[in-house]
Amino acid sequence: MADNLPSEFDVIVIGTASVNSITGLPESIIAAACSRSGQRVLHVDSRSYYGGNWASFSFSGILSWLKEYQENSDIVNEGPAWQEQILENEEAIALSRKDKTIQHVEVFCYASQDLHEEVEEAGALQKNHASVISENPTEAVHSAYLPSEDESLCIASCEMLTEQTPSSDLETALEISNVKVTGETEKHDDKTCMKSASEEETSKNVPTTEGTALQPKKTRITYSQIIKEGRRFNIDLVSKLLYSRGLLIDLLIKSNVSRYAEFKNITRILAFREGRVEQVPCSRADVFNSKQLTMVEKRMLMKFLTFCMEYEKHPDEYKAYEEITFSEYLKTQKLTPNLQYFVLHSIAMTSETASNTIDGLKATKNFLHCLGRYGNTPFLFPLYGQGELPQCFCRMCAVFGGIYCLRHSVQCLVVDKESRKCKAIIDQFGQRIISKHFLVEDSYFSENTCSHVQYRQISRSVLITDRSVLKTDSDQQISILTVPGEEPGTFAVRVIELCSSTMTCMKGTYLVHLTCTSSKTAREDLEPVVQKLFTPYTETETENEEVEKPRLLWALYFNMRDSSDVSRNSYNDLPSNVYVCSGPDSGLGNDNAVKQAETLFQLICPNEDFCPPPPNPEDIITDGDSLQSEASEASVILEANSETPKESASLGNPEEASQ
Amino acid sequence: MHGRLKVKTSEEQAEAKRLEREQKLKLYQSATQTVFQKRQAGELDESVLELTSQILGANPDFATLWNCRREVLQRLEAQKSPEELAALVKTELGFLESCLRVNPKSYGTWHHRCWLLGRLPEPNWARELELCARFLEVDERNFHCWDYRRFVAAQAAVPPAEELAFTDSLITRNFSNYSSWHYRSCLLPQLHPQPDSGPQGRLPEDVLLKELELVQNAFFTDPNDQSAWFYHRWLLGRADPQDALRCLHVSRDEACLTVSFSRPVLVGPRTETLLLMVDESPLAVEWRTPDGRNWPGHVWLCDLPATSLNDQLPHHTFRVIWTAGDAQKECVLLKGHQEGWCRDSATDEQLFRCELSVEKSTVLQSELESCKELQELEPENKWCLLTIILLMRALDPLLYEKETLQYFQTLKAVDPMRAAYLDDLRSKFLLENSLLKMEYAEVRVLHLGHKDLTVLCHLEQLLLVTHLDLSHNRLRALPPALAALRCLEVLQANDNAIESLDGVTNLPRLQELSLCNNRLQQRMVLQPLASCPRLVLLNLQGNPLCQAVGTSEYLAELLPLVNSILV
Repeated sequence: MADNLPSEFDVIVIGTASVNSITGLPESIIAAACSRSGQRVLHVDSRSYYGGNWASFSFSGILSWLKEYQENSDIVNEGPAWQEQILENEEAIALSRKDKTIQHVEVFCYASQDLHEEVEEAGALQKNHASVISENPTEAVHSAYLPSEDESLCIASCEMLTEQTPSSDLETALEISNVKVTGETEKHDDKTCMKSASEEETSKNVPTTEGTALQPKKTRITYSQIIKEGRRFNIDLVSKLLYSRGLLIDLLIKSNVSRYAEFKNITRILAFREGRVEQVPCSRADVFNSKQLTMVEKRMLMKFLTFCMEYEKHPDEYKAYEEITFSEYLKTQKLTPNLQYFVLHSIAMTSETASNTIDGLKATKNFLHCLGRYGNTPFLFPLYGQGELPQCFCRMCAVFGGIYCLRHSVQCLVVDKESRKCKAIIDQFGQRIISKHFLVEDSYFSENTCSHVQYRQISRSVLITDRSVLKTDSDQQISILTVPGEEPGTFAVRVIELCSSTMTCMKGTYLVHLTCTSSKTAREDLEPVVQKLFTPYTETETENEEVEKPRLLWALYFNMRDSSDVSRNSYNDLPSNVYVCSGPDSGLGNDNAVKQAETLFQLICPNEDFCPPPPNPEDIITDGDSLQSEASEASVILEANSETPKESASLGNPEEASQ
Repeated sequence: MHGRLKVKTSEEQAEAKRLEREQKLKLYQSATQTVFQKRQAGELDESVLELTSQILGANPDFATLWNCRREVLQRLEAQKSPEELAALVKTELGFLESCLRVNPKSYGTWHHRCWLLGRLPEPNWARELELCARFLEVDERNFHCWDYRRFVAAQAAVPPAEELAFTDSLITRNFSNYSSWHYRSCLLPQLHPQPDSGPQGRLPEDVLLKELELVQNAFFTDPNDQSAWFYHRWLLGRADPQDALRCLHVSRDEACLTVSFSRPVLVGPRTETLLLMVDESPLAVEWRTPDGRNWPGHVWLCDLPATSLNDQLPHHTFRVIWTAGDAQKECVLLKGHQEGWCRDSATDEQLFRCELSVEKSTVLQSELESCKELQELEPENKWCLLTIILLMRALDPLLYEKETLQYFQTLKAVDPMRAAYLDDLRSKFLLENSLLKMEYAEVRVLHLGHKDLTVLCHLEQLLLVTHLDLSHNRLRALPPALAALRCLEVLQANDNAIESLDGVTNLPRLQELSLCNNRLQQRMVLQPLASCPRLVLLNLQGNPLCQAVGTSEYLAELLPLVNSILV
């Protein structure tokens, strides 16, 4: 409990103020890095689980999240008034309790709603989840539209009990072949993964799927099935992939955090051209096997891609074109129009106007550079969703003694008037905790602090569909598809389709994430693309199995604040030892989060190695004091509400330190 | 500092490592020693299995220990009950798998598995195929595993079509896979047996077409990958020619019969048997090679007794039967003629090009078109250039002669490392072309001057040539095979870089030999000339040995019968 908390730390990482803010990865990495370097780290988080919106929601979890918006509740547990605690030579920076990062939430349910009132997600603790869904489900009804952005939606220290995520089905997990991210040299790594810790709990709660396993050919997926199998879903609010040679992969390997997670390779890159979805040949094997390219096209494409791999060595090939856009440059190359399309939209993943020649070449090179490290595409997806990753770093932080305080919110920062430095925080219980450095996620700041900040927006959509956008022999494909913006001024939409073996959706369904930079509301931005690729589920076509487009079972739209690229100077009156972490950007990779984490870490711990590999257990000197037990004590998780001891036990597991 | 782990220094680590290694080495050595002692003492029991498995588990490449294990297992086979043996085999198979995980490319381990499976009464081949598939999943180019797979597939009589599908799947994943392509070249002839094609049979057109498309996909995707080009070459290649006697020549003057074969042979009592029938009755003769060394060669000859050549009959027939090659040839020596011969024509036999059906030449023609297309995109790709040359030769060597030479020039420029090989190849092709032209002209005179030749080949084809001009080339030797030119009367080889004359041996009709401006240095190299009985004119001007004192005297002594020697 709060009284157990030490009152002094080196670094305090202030987690999210509400369930809905968009935080996680950079803070988790910094916390892990500081803890690894011997800093005393306190990570306070108002939620009951790790990762903020980087955490993945089960289906009932996402319904609860929606409900928060719908009810628009603003029950703030004010706690003891902190104003009294501020001394004369101090001033306070109040932190926001309202989340303004999510807007324009709309949800649609298309699946037939043969919903018995009592149907409930297996193992779910959450009740009343169905309240979001409209009464008339066969029509597309948007039931949770939030008209104005200043209506705050979620609150600190809300007592909502979201069930433990991620849920895991070990049987399924064993069947599929997963990518272990390790340095190329260490191949025979023991399979340690995050899931093992929660195995016991999960196996109790998850019913056997064998009996209810869905055969999509025979059975239509109904809404009640989705509810029932809700724990199979791990729905990310942020949709990203890992570049297999990106900074995050390097960091996971270097720090050996990779052992806490498992990954799957994206299996194919798709393009949407002339109303058809087709596979983009991007690896050597793809080009070789492609039936759509002519021999000469194969050569052209391979030749161009080979050139891009080391374009810097051949300046004469592109120097003359530096001033023009990449798409213009591609026209000067020996490439047929469909090859130009593939390179521009699916490989460089840029648009007609967005990049110049150099940027395009750079992006292409990066894509190719990542290709083949773990498979035939450059991308990896973490099993159980993107939300696994912050958790992994939290775990490393805990292993090295970092203290986590869940469901614990912070009311204000205390600044010393004279030195203009922040010296402490005051938490929800009115306790003052001293520290040297303070890391605060952007969404945590109040209006006063960020009145001058200009935010961009990200449009997001999450769909549950009944089949893949491009059918192949295997129904377990993970695909990424880029749909270019149609009119000038609109942005390309990134579509990531996840199959059930990614452990993010139930068998027989696909989880589809759409992301683009906003120009309007999420629905306005994304619905045209959704309509091109999918068709709403309707009862009438039950016998017609040859429907070409996948059918929508459920759809969610929302806008999310993009606080990346915000200059520190835009925030009002920030003390120098308060560092701002931005929310996720709209980019595909995670490089920004890692870069940001490393930069901030260098400010906190100058001249320290960033997340060095953990020492070999044999090399750890255990003297009389038994450092092992010390470490395990230190890493016990403190909770304001200690009802979920298992998760904390797993993070504080002393064995981890010696592994 | 709080939370900071105390870690050993690198020196301490190194020391700990060293001690550990020392300990390991000690264990390893003592176990090895014990095994050897037991083997010497004949104590081949289960303890040896245990000890060897400890060592092999760490180092599966210790071949002697695998032998030990085989000895033990063989002995236990006699002693154990079938149930005990089954358990033993199961353990052994499991152990082998663990060794393969340590080193998937261990010769000893794979071999031991072959041996073990071969001894089992009811081996589970399906499981072995699965094992191969798994190892090839990890490394699709592990040729040890490919070898083993071929063994298993043969033992289990897996239909070639299934194995072909397997190679398909691996080529799809990564086409840089020699083993996979090679396996196809073995499987396809099995799947599509063609009449009268040897073990390396050709394929029916439709199959060939499909394979060509597949391999084209590969080299258009990555023209620098050799594996596809090699397979392409196999596809275009032809079957080994049937054994045949190419030429039979009988000379009254020299009382000699000469035979040339389609491949080098060694004629002798214990090797190849040649029967000679003269006027339908067998004649015992002694066969020798022209140079007298009796090494395997294309050309063999024998002396004929005077009775076989007399002028009493209107003609004599000579029939040579090559028993092993299942071939024979007959020639006639007419009364009043000095010589008679019978020979397969290089033009009729399509010696230097593919035997093509109309369809097949269309296939080759379109292959040539695609390669030219590729060459335009990749002007510097040596594989493409070489394939173009080969395709042109397969289609029509004479028609494409000029183009071929241009491609050779480009090829030499882009691949200077192989210039000498390319020169030799080019020489070979030019010689073949000259040979064809000579045959069309129906003459026995061959002009090979000014062709930039670096090597002489196909000399066994020149059995009947009387005049040979090799001047202005880059030849460095007149090779021993030149001795096959039994009819040669005039040989001109001026302006080369000739250093040795081994081939100018026993040429029965050679009268004129011109070797101006070469690199003959030592008198000794002239020795073979003494074996040419009719030599009357020898021109050695412009050779280093002319400068040496006493050369004229030496030559006069060496070649007393040559009346005109120019030094």
